[in-house]
Amino acid sequence: MDQLLINSGFPILSVLIFLPLIGAIVLLFIKSESLCRNIALATTSVVGLLSIRLLFGFDTTTAKFQFVEHKSWIEAFNINYTLGVDGISILLILLTTFIMPFCVLASWSYIKTRVQAFMICLLIMETAMLGVFVALDFVLFYVLWEAMLIPMYMLIGIWGGPRKIYASIKFFLYTLAGSILLLVGIIWLYTVNDHSFFIPDMMWKDYALSSQVYLFIAFFLAFAIKVPMFPFHTWLPAAHVEAPTAGSVILASVLLKMGTYGFLRFALPITPEATVLLMPYVLWLSIAGIIYGGFTALAQSDMKKLIAYSSVGHMGFVTLGIFVLNIDGVKGAILQMINHGITTGALFLCVGMIYERTHSRELRSATGIGKYMPIYITFLAFFSLSSFGFPGTNSFVGEFMILAGAFEFSTSQNNFPYLALAAIPGAVLAAAYMLRMLQKIIWGGTDNPDQSWLSDINTREIVTLAPFLFFVFWIGLGPQPFLDLIHTSVYELLQHFDIHHGQAVAAAGSILH
Amino acid sequence: MEYKLLIALLIPLLGTIGVMYKGDNENLREGISCVSSLLLLCVVGSIVPQVLGGKTLTLQMFTILPGVTVTLRADAMSMIFALVASSLWTIAVFYSMGYMRGLNEHAQTRFNACFALAIFGAIGVAFSDNLFTMYLFYEIVSICTYPLVAHHQDEEGYNGARKYIVYLTTTAKAFLLPAMILIYVLTGTLDFASNAHSGIFPAGVSNVLVTMLYIFCLFGFAKNGVMPFHHWLPGAMVAPTPVSALLHAVAVVKVGVFCTTRVMLYTFGTDTMHALNLGIPTAYFVSFTVLVASIIALSKDNLKARLAYSTVSQLSYIILGVALLTDPGIQGGLIHIVNHAFSKITLFFCAGAIYVATHKKYISEMEGLGKTMPFTFAAFGIASLSMIGAPPVAGFITKWNLLIGSVEAHQLGILLILIASTMLNAAYFAPITYKAFFGKRPEGEPFTGIKEAPLSMLIPILIACTISVLLGIFPNFMLQFVKAVTG
Repeated sequence: MDQLLINSGFPILSVLIFLPLIGAIVLLFIKSESLCRNIALATTSVVGLLSIRLLFGFDTTTAKFQFVEHKSWIEAFNINYTLGVDGISILLILLTTFIMPFCVLASWSYIKTRVQAFMICLLIMETAMLGVFVALDFVLFYVLWEAMLIPMYMLIGIWGGPRKIYASIKFFLYTLAGSILLLVGIIWLYTVNDHSFFIPDMMWKDYALSSQVYLFIAFFLAFAIKVPMFPFHTWLPAAHVEAPTAGSVILASVLLKMGTYGFLRFALPITPEATVLLMPYVLWLSIAGIIYGGFTALAQSDMKKLIAYSSVGHMGFVTLGIFVLNIDGVKGAILQMINHGITTGALFLCVGMIYERTHSRELRSATGIGKYMPIYITFLAFFSLSSFGFPGTNSFVGEFMILAGAFEFSTSQNNFPYLALAAIPGAVLAAAYMLRMLQKIIWGGTDNPDQSWLSDINTREIVTLAPFLFFVFWIGLGPQPFLDLIHTSVYELLQHFDIHHGQAVAAAGSILH
Repeated sequence: MEYKLLIALLIPLLGTIGVMYKGDNENLREGISCVSSLLLLCVVGSIVPQVLGGKTLTLQMFTILPGVTVTLRADAMSMIFALVASSLWTIAVFYSMGYMRGLNEHAQTRFNACFALAIFGAIGVAFSDNLFTMYLFYEIVSICTYPLVAHHQDEEGYNGARKYIVYLTTTAKAFLLPAMILIYVLTGTLDFASNAHSGIFPAGVSNVLVTMLYIFCLFGFAKNGVMPFHHWLPGAMVAPTPVSALLHAVAVVKVGVFCTTRVMLYTFGTDTMHALNLGIPTAYFVSFTVLVASIIALSKDNLKARLAYSTVSQLSYIILGVALLTDPGIQGGLIHIVNHAFSKITLFFCAGAIYVATHKKYISEMEGLGKTMPFTFAAFGIASLSMIGAPPVAGFITKWNLLIGSVEAHQLGILLILIASTMLNAAYFAPITYKAFFGKRPEGEPFTGIKEAPLSMLIPILIACTISVLLGIFPNFMLQFVKAVTG
């Protein structure tokens, strides 16, 4: 238990988790639709403001878990209610609490049926997502991990587009299939760890290499589907296209990060030797995802599909950064998770705003609106630029660090940097599909449909987008405060690899080349 | 004094905002453009004495990562480009007022705003203290000039603009981005060196990687028009003429060559380039562009297309000069940034004036026009002389230095190429003026209705032309800067 640090007596994490749940329960008794919206907005906003409290009192000099809460839950199986935050999870928690109020705002006029149920789903979703990021007990983690599926299934299945049933079942089955193996892995770990589900206890143990490999594969399937890594991504475009705006935003901004978070929290510390052994394959799979996502996004005529495939590419960069196992790569990957959450979330909000007006996600029905919606276009342009890593925006910093990590991976062993160079076409493609979309929406061609009836975005919509833009530039021009939060945890994580597995890393590097 | 750099950068940005805000009032909008351009010229001018006094101004604005910052710097080399960009913006603003109003163009607010934004990018590039800052402003120029190229919003405009943006962003992402990151990984910084010789690479860095990085940088700044990535430039000629003039003879292409030469001298440094023998192969490589682009220019009847290929050819002079790595070579190359800018903008302005006055685009239709448009064609003739490199016009100073540079580098081949290209320049420029003055109007096409271009266009033309001559007669002012670069 020496990995834990209790910085204050106030159970801030429990408050963050349960407040949305309480809000959901309150909503059960509210009939008025507008009151439902307001209560949901108030709840998510309060959670958002309370979560800022985490920044005060968070000790950036230690990799220990902080704000820890520990209560016994099911004593018979030694299952506990243990929560904690470290540098890997703190930004993800803040991202989640930041996103949620805007999901409510984006659904303000978009959702017209069963508003009460919709808001309840959103709030339960927030509880589950926050829980996943702070759970330090494997059973607690798994329960919340699975609990996320149900409200998300409903968000897509009830308020989704024409093919919502297909999309929601596909989403459900894919994720469930991955997590079954995760459960097997958890039970195996329980048996070899003196019947403990306490996650930090399982890390950095000398499990036999063969067990590690099996365990890694179980983790990998669960998390790779969630990321989603190529070739496990096919549920994502379907889910994104059919989901309502808020669903797409949650999916892109937070749910996809669960997979990469899982790699960092479980796969790397619990199965380090298997990680090093299988690293080359994961790296090249990431490259495949980057290129594949780029090409597929370039071919889309549906805006939501385009952004969904772009996510496959962007998340490929994140997994690339994680598995090069050096400080720039991993820090860049965590930062890029946040960046992707902000930028892609905002892009889905933007697409939702067009959809509310034209009732179409087709690119060709949205051509040439630049002249009539100048404010909207300004936002869209900055988010698109951010998405393909324009210098001065948030994604550039993340991409830069990840690619720097990929170059270091090769140059530190005096190898030619094939890996990093292989990812570069992905960056080119990102610019291509984003600029193509931007060009079509702003300018179109010589035969645009008549768009003169469109009204520019209103104040509520500006308020929804403006904070995202603020973070695009803040992280883009001054990322140090964000990087400081994650530095120590990543440094400590990688120290373990340097001490025990330095030679293994070198060996894997030579396999790669 | 450092804050002046920030002011210089902010003036065009604030100008953009002002133009957009006052877009519905034509006179006020253009008034804002004029005032911003004059203010910028004054601020840049006020930095000159300090830089000539040997000072280097730097101003750090943002820190992205350790060694990766947004920092502005004014040294001798940045002043060369900053002076060119700011003074030509002033001239071009006045010219484009006459041109755009003369042709009654649409979306003039967007046009003026993007114009100012492009200058914002160009000034940012000029004052960059490191590769990241340079990349940032380089990309801003790419994005902000798209609306200018696509200005007419017809099929041709969209196609030209698509080619433009695809070439420029693809090369920047495919070559520049990895080069920049690898330089950071190898050296831990993206800052430029403090002089043109030492470079930033520590001993022991793999020669293969440095050579690869060098090639990436040469191709990554595709705005420099080096073949095979030059195609965007002729394609971008669909833009209105003031855009072609300022952006494709000055701001955009000069951003390209300025970045290329800046990186050659201040990231790699002459010492590294000598050691890895990168200079002379580069000189021969760009010689290909010099010659081939001239030959293509010969075959073009569209005046703007001929000027475009002439630009492709002349830009490579600049890189060729620097790649010789001798003092006169570097000086000749860098001074050509200035000389080519003033002469080429004169030529484009003339082409625009001819179009406004006669609606003629093809050289074969211009025979005999010199009698009705004497000032325009006289200016065209003088600027052509500069392109050819005849004394006493500005281009002569370039040619002189380049020839000495190639002799000092013991490169007879380069010398011959320079002579051959001079002859080619003469071959595609001289006939235009000659036929305009001494040719006959075709049968059945009398002079009726054709007058000299309006004064609002003629005055900027004559100013730019006069400066071209003055730069040739009094070259010392600009030579001070390039001599400070070689040290």
